Amino acid sequence: MRSRTPWPLVALAVAAVLLFALPLFGLLVRTPWSGLGEILGSEVARDALWLSLVTSLGATIVALILGLPLAWLLARIEFPGRALVRGLVLLPLVLPPVVGGAALLFTFGRRGLIGGPIDELTGLVLPFSTWGAVLAATFVAMPFLVITMEGALRNLDTRYEGAASTLGAGRWMVLRRVTLPLVAPSLAAGLVLTWARALGEFGATITFAGNLQGRTQTLPLAVFVALESDRDVAVALSLVMVAISLTVLVALRHRWWGAS
Amino acid sequence: MRALAIVAAVASLMAGCGQGDKSEVLVSAAASLTDAFREIETEFESAHPDLDIVLNFAGSSTLREQILAGAPVDVFVPASESIMQPVVDDGLVGDSPMVLARNRLAIAVPIGNPALVTGLDDFADSALLIGLCAPAVPCGEFARRALARAGVVAEPDTNEPDVRSLLTKIAAGELDAGIVYESDLVAGGDGITGIPISDEFNVAATYPIAVVTNGDSPDGAALFVAFVATAQSRSILAANGFTTP
Repeated sequence: MRSRTPWPLVALAVAAVLLFALPLFGLLVRTPWSGLGEILGSEVARDALWLSLVTSLGATIVALILGLPLAWLLARIEFPGRALVRGLVLLPLVLPPVVGGAALLFTFGRRGLIGGPIDELTGLVLPFSTWGAVLAATFVAMPFLVITMEGALRNLDTRYEGAASTLGAGRWMVLRRVTLPLVAPSLAAGLVLTWARALGEFGATITFAGNLQGRTQTLPLAVFVALESDRDVAVALSLVMVAISLTVLVALRHRWWGAS
Repeated sequence: MRALAIVAAVASLMAGCGQGDKSEVLVSAAASLTDAFREIETEFESAHPDLDIVLNFAGSSTLREQILAGAPVDVFVPASESIMQPVVDDGLVGDSPMVLARNRLAIAVPIGNPALVTGLDDFADSALLIGLCAPAVPCGEFARRALARAGVVAEPDTNEPDVRSLLTKIAAGELDAGIVYESDLVAGGDGITGIPISDEFNVAATYPIAVVTNGDSPDGAALFVAFVATAQSRSILAANGFTTP
């Protein structure tokens, strides 16, 4: 069979691989290897790394708390408007993040629909705060958790849960001892995908939360700003993001390529 | 076969876009020039129907990096001579840049000035939500210089990538004050109130213009540079809050 692989197919596939590989190579060539340690130890880099960690993990936790129940409802309960809700969940995946950020600003900003009352009641102002960065990242990343978990819960054989109930397990017991262990691999994958998307978030963050070192300037924002002032810093930080992305891919390889 | 037909159709469409009967002149201009240059574009294109001006607005430093990385830009108009200099040093500029316009700084607040901002001193008030342009962008560099002259240690809540995104957040009422250009008070009129900065502290921005040799349309570029120096273009710039030499 191998000898009959049509060559145009191979040529196009090679072009596709190059499209992925060449930019990575370009980045590596431009990397200031000798000064890397110093750059990554600088205050800007450390602040951005720490803030990215905090906001991406924060967004993942919020996505878990809100997204898992939503996924369960979508998978298990017939309710009017379910298709509409599912569409809403998918929207942040399709929407340019900048648009999402603008929408968040007009909704959760001080003058916004929800942000105004929040400010009056609690004095909490979301834009230009770390909470705002978490909100922006949650908005763009939560769909990954909802979609992954909805699929997992839908494909689950409900007879296991039924059997557990028949044997006298309460609903909480069934959830904890049967349902969650069965979907655990999907949950892990969904959480990692959500976290990775939150980590890479740029457009909604800069539009809604602004850009301030130590408060809202996450790694992608730091890369964007550094590109105009210090390219070595930008390249070094980019390299960190590539390393993180590769780690995620290696961690998830079994999910996408079987056990090979 | 159908897939091939689609590929062919897309290819011919793309070819059509790039090479119509008009030749394109790519102009990279500072974000603060957005409104003035859109008007000049209209005037220029009616005077030169065979040329199509394509305007690329962004923070001047972003535009500079694009040009230094080889973007096929025909004309470059940053908001600072220091931004132009590396492009000149790299030998990417035809004739030496000439001064197109000048601008000054002003404080912008949301309409009605809800936070009762009175001057540069308020930029040290951590209770206010303050925005500046990022230090790498001319408006950010000049704003910091003006604040230093006034002896104010500012506490910005955000460093925006260009002056237009700063204006948007002020006009939305999400920031209490920011430092922008005087011309922005004309341009961003909606939702913005201006507070002048005294001559003592103010910083003048100079907009140099030059033909970039990266470009594909050197003749069109030369025509455009000549056009912006005409009285017609100057009056557009003046109407948009710039002073012209």
